[in-house]
Amino acid sequence: MEDKDLIAEISSIRNIMDRSTKFISLSGLSGVMAGIYALVGAWLAYKLLYVTDDSFIVRGYYRLLEERLILIAMAVLFLSVLTGVLLTLRKAGKKGQSVWNQTSQSLLLNGALPLVTGGVFCGIMLLRGHYEVIAPCTLIFYGLALVAASKYTFGDVKWLGMFDIGLGLLAAVFPGYGLFFWAFGFGVLHILYGTIMHFKYDR
Amino acid sequence: MKVTLTNFDKAFENRIRLQIMSVLVANESYDFNSLKELLDVTDGNLASHLKALEKEEYITVNKSFLGRKPNTRYIASALGVQAFKKHLQELENLIRQQRG
Repeated sequence: MEDKDLIAEISSIRNIMDRSTKFISLSGLSGVMAGIYALVGAWLAYKLLYVTDDSFIVRGYYRLLEERLILIAMAVLFLSVLTGVLLTLRKAGKKGQSVWNQTSQSLLLNGALPLVTGGVFCGIMLLRGHYEVIAPCTLIFYGLALVAASKYTFGDVKWLGMFDIGLGLLAAVFPGYGLFFWAFGFGVLHILYGTIMHFKYDR
Repeated sequence: MKVTLTNFDKAFENRIRLQIMSVLVANESYDFNSLKELLDVTDGNLASHLKALEKEEYITVNKSFLGRKPNTRYIASALGVQAFKKHLQELENLIRQQRG
């Protein structure tokens, strides 16, 4: 066995270990798209919240406002997940990798626990009228989910998660600015992260 | 330059066996189909290499059912992990010798 064969042998071991533990078909572009949806959603919410004609404020308006905000948030979530799934399927297809395997299952399972916990918790807070905790809580739980899932995909995801957790805590310190922290965490950071991932891994 | 392989574990002479062991060392357990897909080998080929590792007691087999489908999971034994580490150490030593 020659020197370079030995090195090839070791690097093939490393490669197989990495591939067996990490799901690498996540698309960077879907991060960018999710960020754009979040920014558009945040802009719509901003318009609803702050740029409304005063004469429009009548009884029942707040109820309507709340419903609209939740609708916007749901639309952003739905579009982001849909785009993420479609682009990841496309990327996996191009590389000839399967998307439903041990690594993607671990990824989803580990990410789902903090994410679902956070989602249910935020739902309860919404129902109880604690609107000020929604922005910090969504950011914090989303960040925790990313950190938990990052073990099963690119390590960079962990950093996105850390930043989201930090932003969520900051948002809790400045309660009136939830929407801005939210737009930064889900919008700007996703676009930044997605762009980095796209150039680092997708090409 | 040729080097002798006397210190190498015979069980890991085959590349696929070494790769199987790499996967099992890096994961708590792995199932047959995921292994097959990851290593890009045929059923028969993979099964025979798994048998060989099982015979050395480097891996343990855990058979169960997921609904009606059989689900066979493989786990690296303590002995197997030890042998794998020793083999890697041996590879490293060889490289160092050749460079030194």
